[in-house]
Amino acid sequence: MSSDEGLSRRGFLAISAAALGGVMLAPGIRLIEIAAARAPDQPASSKVRWGLLIDTNKCQTGCDDCVSACATENGIKSSGHPRTDSQWIRKIELKDMRNGRTHSVPVMCQHCAEPPCVLVCPTGASFKRADGIVLVDRHICIGCRYCMMACPYKARSFVAQELTDQNPDVPRGKGTVEGCTFCVQRVDRGQQPACVDACTKAGHNAMTFGDLNDPHSEIAQRVAQYATTAIRADLRTDPGVRYQGL
Amino acid sequence: MSLRGLLQFVACLALMLPALAFASERTPKPDIIIANPGHCVAPTEIMRRNHPEMLLHQRDLTVHEGIRTTKYNLERCVACHASKTTDSVLGPKGFCQSCHAYAGVTLDCFECHASKPKLATGASQ
Repeated sequence: MSSDEGLSRRGFLAISAAALGGVMLAPGIRLIEIAAARAPDQPASSKVRWGLLIDTNKCQTGCDDCVSACATENGIKSSGHPRTDSQWIRKIELKDMRNGRTHSVPVMCQHCAEPPCVLVCPTGASFKRADGIVLVDRHICIGCRYCMMACPYKARSFVAQELTDQNPDVPRGKGTVEGCTFCVQRVDRGQQPACVDACTKAGHNAMTFGDLNDPHSEIAQRVAQYATTAIRADLRTDPGVRYQGL
Repeated sequence: MSLRGLLQFVACLALMLPALAFASERTPKPDIIIANPGHCVAPTEIMRRNHPEMLLHQRDLTVHEGIRTTKYNLERCVACHASKTTDSVLGPKGFCQSCHAYAGVTLDCFECHASKPKLATGASQ
């Protein structure tokens, strides 16, 4: 089985995708970000900072399309113990008691530039990839759960039960901590995270994923144009996930 | 017999033992069903000895740097080596488990990684 054949085919597809995706839909808005088309043998680049912008004005109360898409993509099933089940993304309902204004927002790993989970990890399992995605290397995670304590966003879960029938792209197992990966397996293929895809496909368009460092990307332009908020900005973790209209 | 002679005899016996053992029908051997023989990424002798290092190296590159080349990809190992009857590399005659059980080496990969090819698990792309 020659890997060269597979590589050249994938490389060709990536280049085609870049060429097609490079077509401008509107000034500065491309169908697919060119930066996403990275060859499989290239490491993640620190020139890229993946980010997610959530428009809370478009996010509907009661809609959990993003949550169910995440569960399908990453193989998250209920073990029958809801209190300890893994939760990579959750919907939060907020209400301003003074004026009754409500928000419904998804919260997941905020992929901080200064991640507290990485600071406290005793083994180096919790780490930030060059392109800003915060991950757990479950080969070296000992399941101590310090990162879960340190995370101000309650973004991580501990796998307490034995798992079976995992998605081949998303290995998960008992005794380790896990959290949102921005669907790193999809991002490395040049796709968007499953939650963003589901939100767009359902026509809500409340989530925008892209490279915050690329001034031509839709997300960077929207962050530059509109007032956006980071949750718990006072902690100065500099999240990659930002909220508009909160 | 002198001490030296005795030592020589014992040494000769020790050298011959493996040959004797392999010649014997009584030696248990792993019972493996190999789904696609002869199509691996390296010759069999190299794979037998070095597959843990290949996977270890690749795992760090993939998890930490996002390098997703396919040559030493565990997912592709499973896709090719899964039994045609059970669709898995585990099980008593499974490609991975039968040999690991024979050698007495713990097989941790599949506590987290899927032991079945992608299509068989019905997982989404």
